[in-house]
Amino acid sequence: MRRALVLARRELRAYFDSPIAYIFLVVFLALSSYFFFFQIQGFFFVGQATMRIYFEILPYLLLLVVPALTMRLWAEERRAGTEELLLTFPLRPLEVVAGKFLAAFALVALTLLLSLPLAFTVASLGPLDWGPVVGGLLGGALLGASYLAFGMFVSSLTRNQIVAFILTLVGLLVLVTVGSTLVLARAPSALAPFLEAVDLESHFKAIARGVPDLRDLFFYLSFIGFFLYLNAAALAWRRWR
Amino acid sequence: MIRVQGLTKRYGPVVALEEVSFEIGRGEVVGFLGPNGAGKTTTMKILTGYLYPDRGGAEVAGHSVLREPLAVKRQIGYLPENTPLYAEMRVDHYLDFAGAVRGMPRGERRGAIERVAGTCALEGVLKKAVGELSRGYRQRVGLAQALLHDPPILVLDEPTSGLDPNQIVEIRGLIARLGREKTILLSTHILPEVRDTCRRVLILHRGRIVADGSPESLAAGEAGEVALFVTLRGANGAQALLASLPGVRGVDPLGKEDGRERFRVLVPSGEAVEERIFDATVARGWKLLELRRETKTLEDVFRRLTTEG
Repeated sequence: MRRALVLARRELRAYFDSPIAYIFLVVFLALSSYFFFFQIQGFFFVGQATMRIYFEILPYLLLLVVPALTMRLWAEERRAGTEELLLTFPLRPLEVVAGKFLAAFALVALTLLLSLPLAFTVASLGPLDWGPVVGGLLGGALLGASYLAFGMFVSSLTRNQIVAFILTLVGLLVLVTVGSTLVLARAPSALAPFLEAVDLESHFKAIARGVPDLRDLFFYLSFIGFFLYLNAAALAWRRWR
Repeated sequence: MIRVQGLTKRYGPVVALEEVSFEIGRGEVVGFLGPNGAGKTTTMKILTGYLYPDRGGAEVAGHSVLREPLAVKRQIGYLPENTPLYAEMRVDHYLDFAGAVRGMPRGERRGAIERVAGTCALEGVLKKAVGELSRGYRQRVGLAQALLHDPPILVLDEPTSGLDPNQIVEIRGLIARLGREKTILLSTHILPEVRDTCRRVLILHRGRIVADGSPESLAAGEAGEVALFVTLRGANGAQALLASLPGVRGVDPLGKEDGRERFRVLVPSGEAVEERIFDATVARGWKLLELRRETKTLEDVFRRLTTEG
């Protein structure tokens, strides 16, 4: 895995050598602050020192920006031909996938940490319960990582960045809403426990309450592992094409 | 060092390689020739583990490309077609990255970068971004990357394409120097390049190997036949006489003009039939005005092998 870290370092440097990292950070922070403070039922409306609203928006905000990050992960390497370099270095496919994933995750994690000043602002205005904040950030990191793993896999299937973006967005939208009451009310009741279990957002909500359950952690870790593995398999499969 | 057996690869309905087999020994410098789409790049991609074959297999330094891809990749330095590079990286960062990915410790990387920067004349541009470099420098950066871990085998896909004549001479010289200690497989469609750098040529056409030998022996004709041009004056029945000489396989009359008669005589490449022709014509009192071997070039051979059927 040391080689995956070498890859991740290169990749992360490339994010910051290009506008990608800065645009990602600025757009995310601007949107999250805007919705947090100014949406109709936002922070000033509620009148309580709580980050709840921020963490209610977070899954959907990530849903919007993560596909923009993942759509180019493989497509770009293919366009520049550097995929051939990567895959002819003595690396296992899973190491290559892990390296790219870790770099993208570092960027998402950094973005989440940069929203901490928001929490400090709120804490300065009234007594803030830090449990849900820590839980929300942890859940956000896991949710973001799951989005990344899924989006990266989709990007490995197509050369076209727009196709990757849309498929990722739609796929994630499905995964985030399958467990909602809206869907459950119409689905066969036998499916309900399954739909609730695979819903990406419900696990996030559980963690964001501030009492992380091992089952929720396990769900995200296996979801991430599953799609990283599929991604490595897709890379190997393409060698046969 | 490289053993390829029955390699077959299709892209959908297009056959890229059909039962290609060859062997390359330690220290050989082999030129891979063929028109575009003949299967050169596909073969190289399979050897370097980027593609898997449909059938057949390949061994590099005793390791199977299918079963031990990592061991194979450690033995090879690879310059892919069009030299893909990370444009936004600095040259020294890029080389350092390539070394780190190959598991070289930091100190070793520093020494290796210095060494390849010297070999490829990159000292002046180490701190520049790859994307700012000219085509020639980019090519050298790609080559430096392939040489960084001092691999025993180099696979170079069109190392001189897109370079100007001076740069081509430079890269060729570099390859010739490297060829003294390494096994090299390089592809090109520039024929003089092969003559200058390679001791052996493999010609691919439509996914098959159509010729294998030294540039000289290929030019001499793979059927072992050479044509002689003979011009005589005052000769009657010359064609019958020439055809009757031992060793002559065929005589084509090329025409008559001012009492001169010209023939093309096919003879085995190893035999000195010229002396017999000289003696026979002089014995009859004919004037021998021309007697020379047709010089076939690698270009002729290449064109003939890769245009028919």
